[in-house]
Amino acid sequence: MELDKLVEMDLRMGKANQEIFAETLEKLAAEDRDIVAVTSDSRGSGKLVPFGQKFPQQIVEVGIAEQNLVGVAAGLASAGKKAFAVSPACFLTARALEQIKNDVAYSDNPVKLVGISAGVSYGALGTTHHSLHDFAALRAINNLIIVVPADNFEAEQAVRLASQSDKPVYLRFGKKAMPFLSEENQKFEFGKARVVREGDDLTIIANGETVYPAWKAAKALDEKHGISAKVVSMHTIKPLDTQLLDVLAAKGQPIITVEEHMVNGGLGEACASYLFQKGASNRFHIMGIPDEYTVTGSQVEIFGHYGISPEGILAQAEKLLK
Amino acid sequence: MTDSELKIKSVLLRKNLLKYIYKAKAGHTGGSLSCVDTLNVLYNRVLNVDPADFKNPNRDRYIQSKGHCVEALFVTLADRGFFPESDLETLCQYQSHYIGHPTKKVNGVEQNTGALGHGLPICVGEAIAAKLDGKTHRVFTLLGDGEMPEGSNWEAFLSAAHYKLDNLYAILDNNKQQITGSNQEVMNTDSLREKLEAFGWAVREVDGHDLQALESALNNGPFEAGKPSFIIAHTIKGKGISYMESVLKWHHGVPSPEQYELAMTELDTAEAQI
Repeated sequence: MELDKLVEMDLRMGKANQEIFAETLEKLAAEDRDIVAVTSDSRGSGKLVPFGQKFPQQIVEVGIAEQNLVGVAAGLASAGKKAFAVSPACFLTARALEQIKNDVAYSDNPVKLVGISAGVSYGALGTTHHSLHDFAALRAINNLIIVVPADNFEAEQAVRLASQSDKPVYLRFGKKAMPFLSEENQKFEFGKARVVREGDDLTIIANGETVYPAWKAAKALDEKHGISAKVVSMHTIKPLDTQLLDVLAAKGQPIITVEEHMVNGGLGEACASYLFQKGASNRFHIMGIPDEYTVTGSQVEIFGHYGISPEGILAQAEKLLK
Repeated sequence: MTDSELKIKSVLLRKNLLKYIYKAKAGHTGGSLSCVDTLNVLYNRVLNVDPADFKNPNRDRYIQSKGHCVEALFVTLADRGFFPESDLETLCQYQSHYIGHPTKKVNGVEQNTGALGHGLPICVGEAIAAKLDGKTHRVFTLLGDGEMPEGSNWEAFLSAAHYKLDNLYAILDNNKQQITGSNQEVMNTDSLREKLEAFGWAVREVDGHDLQALESALNNGPFEAGKPSFIIAHTIKGKGISYMESVLKWHHGVPSPEQYELAMTELDTAEAQI
């Protein structure tokens, strides 16, 4: 690919974020007997088979029954367990939405909801297996922190922070190996976006698996046009990092948001809503999956189809900067 | 408390729940009257709970899945000293914590319920946690017969048997009616005992207005070692008020002043006869 030639690949490759989730949970469980994984025939895809072998007393299998998965996790959390309810994001956040709303968020049971193989990770399996609604659905629920880590560093930190939090948290992980996006910025806290690339002319706000293509696009903008683009991993969608948005609004440069989610109700609209109500006048564009029957293919093919690719983001940036 | 005093308490709880439904002009009258005897027995003879130390981790858990019959729960909790009964003057009023479903903002309430089919899965989690921690407290839920078609209940029935949760007790307030009509007309769940036994539960059937029978069943579990216990409490919707008994409109009917007077007179008579 021409752009890949243009962008020097100097990032250290890691593992899939959901593998990091499983590895981190193992480390935590070894020191804390209250850590419990709750699975719905999902321990294979959740990389939790070794966890189940090492900690048979700390895993509860409920079978393919997502409503019960979340209800049982709520009961475990209410009894003092640090319950991680693990299921593909598509099922967890749709089939069990009422349990998330009532038994977790409304009842304030600090369950950690872990959506694996999220977005279009299962691209070729079709819409039944895509989660392109979860940001929108969960953003509309009070008392729920929504976290979408972009790389292995963020994934591990997110699992650790979630296990310590006394609040319900939704963690969203993909199944594709991720590069370490910034070895310099090693700060991570919920609600504080992580800048993975500094820049002054344009800001690309992304999260999860769209941060990497955004990073590549930013690098290409620099090498092709000398344009310096800031890349932000807005890993926490709720609460949003409004302090950072205030700074971006004050500076006024164009903003592109990129998400592995339908453009309705996700990261872009969350940012736009805040910025517009603050009187921001930045040029602004939301990139994501449009409101149509989603094309199928691999994750990278679907990203390419909808322009959530280095080339697509680069082209959008060029257009916005004209 | 003697058995007679417990019987009198059932009458007083009926008077109280009608009083606050009448005042609030809202409430689930028929179902509250059908399950209030179960609540009386639970809170006065069965549950190890302390109003002054409600968060004690070793307490028995009671989670009311049929949350809409909150009036029966609230008057029982107030009577047991979880909060002053006068708090219920604000039932369903603006900004009151005493809303139309159980909420944890009220001392003594374990979980926010109201949507049906949610209580039992949470109880399964509570019961598994107790087993994991080697604790001996019990976990109870009260189900409505109208919520039996909820699929989440059947997911939970499977998992409770799978994990051999003999610390778990599900009580069915089997008043045989729901908002649209009889259970049989709306969605037939007949042969429930056989269905539950096939799902791996140990089942007992009791007269849900016989306080001694309820107490005996609830305090003599598990019915089978290694199995969760299910109590089908055969009840009458609107029990205790002649013109409400098994009359569908009292699902959430509110009495007129004349009807309220008549109900209180009937309950006075019932009390005098004990």
